[in-house]
Amino acid sequence: MTEGSARPGGAVAGPVHWAHRHLLDVDALTRPEIELVMRTADEMHDVLARPIPKVPALRGLGVTILFYEASTRTRVSFEVAAKNLSADVVNIAAASSSVTKGESLVDTVRTIEALGADMLVMRHSVSGAPYLAAEVFGGSVLNGGDGWHAHPSQALLDLYTLRSRLPGGSLEGRKVVILGDVLHSRVARSNVWSLTAMGADLWLCGPATLLRGYDAWAARGAAGRRFTVTSDVDAALRDADVVMALRIQKERMASGLLPSLREYAARYGLTQDRLRSAKPDAIVMHPGPMNEGVEIAADVASGPRSVITDQVANGVAVRMALLYLLAGTRRTEAGA
Amino acid sequence: MTAEDIRRATIRISHEIVEKHAGTDGLALVGIQRRGVPLASRLAAAIRENEGVEVPVGALDITFYRDDLSLVAQQPIVKGTDIAFDLNGRTIVLVDDVLYTGRTIRAAMDALIDYGRPQAIRLAVLVDRGHRELPIRADHVGKNVPTSREEVVKVTLEETDGEDAVEIERRPGLAAVGGSAA
Repeated sequence: MTEGSARPGGAVAGPVHWAHRHLLDVDALTRPEIELVMRTADEMHDVLARPIPKVPALRGLGVTILFYEASTRTRVSFEVAAKNLSADVVNIAAASSSVTKGESLVDTVRTIEALGADMLVMRHSVSGAPYLAAEVFGGSVLNGGDGWHAHPSQALLDLYTLRSRLPGGSLEGRKVVILGDVLHSRVARSNVWSLTAMGADLWLCGPATLLRGYDAWAARGAAGRRFTVTSDVDAALRDADVVMALRIQKERMASGLLPSLREYAARYGLTQDRLRSAKPDAIVMHPGPMNEGVEIAADVASGPRSVITDQVANGVAVRMALLYLLAGTRRTEAGA
Repeated sequence: MTAEDIRRATIRISHEIVEKHAGTDGLALVGIQRRGVPLASRLAAAIRENEGVEVPVGALDITFYRDDLSLVAQQPIVKGTDIAFDLNGRTIVLVDDVLYTGRTIRAAMDALIDYGRPQAIRLAVLVDRGHRELPIRADHVGKNVPTSREEVVKVTLEETDGEDAVEIERRPGLAAVGGSAA
């Protein structure tokens, strides 16, 4: 249908089987499993290119989207993904639910299950909250972002975007720099797992106060993952293949971590000038939402190297793939 | 069926398709993943030989349209759809290896119609093994093979499995699912 049909590997699916009932983080995924997500997302990408981008794969399944934190792209993208697969979608914004009356997370999850949800996509400001939900929920839980901890669907869509943009589609040996507020970033934390799993040469860069813990983690071996942690932005950007700028999370910023946003922008902001030390065809990413003029200059964000809008568009295909793959294991568990 | 039987059946079906359509204008072949795809290419090659005409060939993946997703243990791996021509107004001949319950064909018709509105959809299969569960019949059949439900019709093709053959086997256990039989 599209250029994708000529993809090598599209027809030679290896005997990889998806055995995860939940998607809480990408740390549990092996490289072949990540490849399976990518291949399935390729097919979803082709579905999205059709005149009617809808297939009946999840017909009759209930997908509930429960977000305790603000979100535009993740929430809408999960909703569109579930609807494209013909699932029945229920959206709950915690601010207008019984959560405001003091209902606990566990009770909320049990209620959602009793109301017929087979899959639960949730975002919570507390790290680990989806793990608790997964203990009580009978279906599949997809983590749509928990605190500072993990944002697996974002890491996978970042990977999907890189794979489609990098020559040869491989991250092996590519220098990938994650620049900015690494400390508060669940996107960075999940990307560490997925990018190192795919063989990237990963660099984490930012002010020392926003890298806290990563040094020690790297020194302890980081569960076998290898990456470089530095505050030297020039060293990090030199000959980089990919630069991912992270949002300065003002809402998570305890006072004292940064002297001022202006100083941050001057020393670590991704500008055209800084980007010159990266490779000429380096790719620029940002998980959004952006503070233009702080962590990324407006002309970089909308420049020719930016794939930021691709990231958003690919989010739907990757989330369709995840919903599809998880739906299979849910049924296995049910003993069907 | 031996490789020679499969070759003869393919050539006969290619003649039948052209005869039934009264020519090759507006004709296209779409193979169902996985073994329908090489079969469709073979039929197209035979038509090229007989008529000197290149008929468009596509591949259709029906994974997202199956009605038994709730019965299989794991999500089937998607193999990809590739239809590089406009379906609207064409006569589409769906091609598959084995016709069994008819559910695959039902799913294939749903999938096809999401890509456009063909003038007509026809069905060509290498083996019809009976046991239909839906009101579907093939227009072109390589060989009718009466089977019991306890048997599995195993089709292997050069392109996908290294050799051409059709064999009937006893189902190894109740849990097994006939690979190509659907």
